[in-house]
Amino acid sequence: MNLDLLTIDAARSAVQERKTSAAALAESFYAKIESDDPKIGAFLTLSKERAMAKAAEIDALAAKGEKLPPLGGVPVAIKDVMVTKGVRTTAGSKILGNYVPPYDCTAVARLEADGAVVLGKLNCDEFAMGSSNENSAWKPVHNPRDLTRVPGGSSGGSAAAVAADMAVATLGSDTGGSIRQPASFCGVVGTMPTYGRVSRYGLIAFASSLDHIGPLTKTVKDAAIVLRTIAGRDPMDSTSADIPVPDYVAELERPVRGLKIGVAKEYLGEGLDKEIRSAIEAAIQKLARQGCEIVDVSLPHTKYAIPAYYIVATAEASSNLARFDGVRYGYRAKDAHTLSEMYRRSRDQAFGAEVKRRIMLGTYALSAGYYDAYYLKAQKVRTLLTRDFEDAFKKVDAIVAPVSPTAAFKLGEKVDDPLAMYLADIYTVTADLAGIPGISVPCGQTKEKLPIGLQILARHFDESTMLRVAQASEKAA
Amino acid sequence: MKVTEKDVAYVADLGNLELTAEERTRMVLDLNSILGHIDSLNELDTTNVPPMAQVSDRYGVDQSKQGSERFAYASREDIHEGLRKSLPHDVALENAPDSDGTFFKVPKVIER
Repeated sequence: MNLDLLTIDAARSAVQERKTSAAALAESFYAKIESDDPKIGAFLTLSKERAMAKAAEIDALAAKGEKLPPLGGVPVAIKDVMVTKGVRTTAGSKILGNYVPPYDCTAVARLEADGAVVLGKLNCDEFAMGSSNENSAWKPVHNPRDLTRVPGGSSGGSAAAVAADMAVATLGSDTGGSIRQPASFCGVVGTMPTYGRVSRYGLIAFASSLDHIGPLTKTVKDAAIVLRTIAGRDPMDSTSADIPVPDYVAELERPVRGLKIGVAKEYLGEGLDKEIRSAIEAAIQKLARQGCEIVDVSLPHTKYAIPAYYIVATAEASSNLARFDGVRYGYRAKDAHTLSEMYRRSRDQAFGAEVKRRIMLGTYALSAGYYDAYYLKAQKVRTLLTRDFEDAFKKVDAIVAPVSPTAAFKLGEKVDDPLAMYLADIYTVTADLAGIPGISVPCGQTKEKLPIGLQILARHFDESTMLRVAQASEKAA
Repeated sequence: MKVTEKDVAYVADLGNLELTAEERTRMVLDLNSILGHIDSLNELDTTNVPPMAQVSDRYGVDQSKQGSERFAYASREDIHEGLRKSLPHDVALENAPDSDGTFFKVPKVIER
């Protein structure tokens, strides 16, 4: 079976109609991973036993002629920040190098309950901290569209695996752009749902008020299928919302004619690459031709998003990462004589440079004397950034924007300048701070044939409109 | 320079990190560069702006309800009906770097 461009429905139907088996399909993906992944580096751990057991279950259903669940037999893979029972989960960090979780992340469990076959765990920046996947403690990921370039981050493995046809769909996580930016760099669809839409139970926490789980897929329809499966209230996450989940797939059928689409000048200004700007402008024109009304909106506080984000995110991270102390799980330094020495040395030896930098920045921002000036200030600015969106969404149904100021950059290009790396998150962090959903959908390529992503943002819990606009762009592209 | 070597040593201590001399020098540079950018937040007057710690209390809850009532849905069954089953003891210890089968083992706690 040809794995290129294989969508969820195509894979499921092939298994349902017994043109192939779920087991044979999983084997073909493993063969593809074995031949292609050494040059890409998307996978950290394969979960063959678990995958083949699930495939056998699906094949038994198909043999009996029973209707397969929505993801029946569909090979997927999971970012290594989501815990998987019995399958090593490292969060891209040496501190969890040997960690074998005793439970499953809710989103992964829901995928499997709907028939998905989990092939393995995907490379990412350590604790999801990074925009290039170069902060993985294990190996960098190479962009399948151009191996000299980064796949984006932090869900770089999740985007690369889909782009290189090594999984039909993957799960990633987004705290400041970590699903949408790699999706745009690799030319796939990356969806960040509303905060609270998908349970975070079993997601290794980076910044709890900003972390989201979402799908990376080849098409918008596939994103709708995966989101429908993983969304919804989970008693294990008190921040997961008790709001009914629409049938995102059925909602895609509704036309976009008459929708009001906002364009914010703050997202098309200085610093945006010219080729990206023309691609975004062309995508906006295509939406207009499909009957959308294009409306100018303003998000006046946009330039303060990066500073506010890097305070809020690092403060929460410094607190969340305090749990890695070498006591209950994870790496423990061998040479420590006292408890305090053990904490310090374990963390020193097993955390990478970016993780230490963020722990330091977050701890500084929360420390006595600086709390008001940094953390409280950033929380207030978070309110202003959220109000910007609230005001804009009084006028429009969705907002379109670029995902990243540039296309995929070269490996090594920004590793020595953390601030430059942070500044490249300018178009993505605000949605995380406000908790609104965002998606990246391919909208063309640069002269160097690098993919460009169009970002679509919508109101809280209105992923349906976001997905409809994304599909309209996808069809026009 | 806003952040000094001394600040870095103090904050590393709070964060349970040691950092090598080389790492400390680099950290002084990085923190100053990042905080320099973050200082732009002071251009904004936020006197009457409430802080926002999370989004769940603005969205996804019934706005007609007050206080903790808004989050009543988030109470777990176990709060009403006794303890939820937790991990079996041996499973909870499986990932421990050091254990005697009953407890996690750590180096000496009291330093004298």
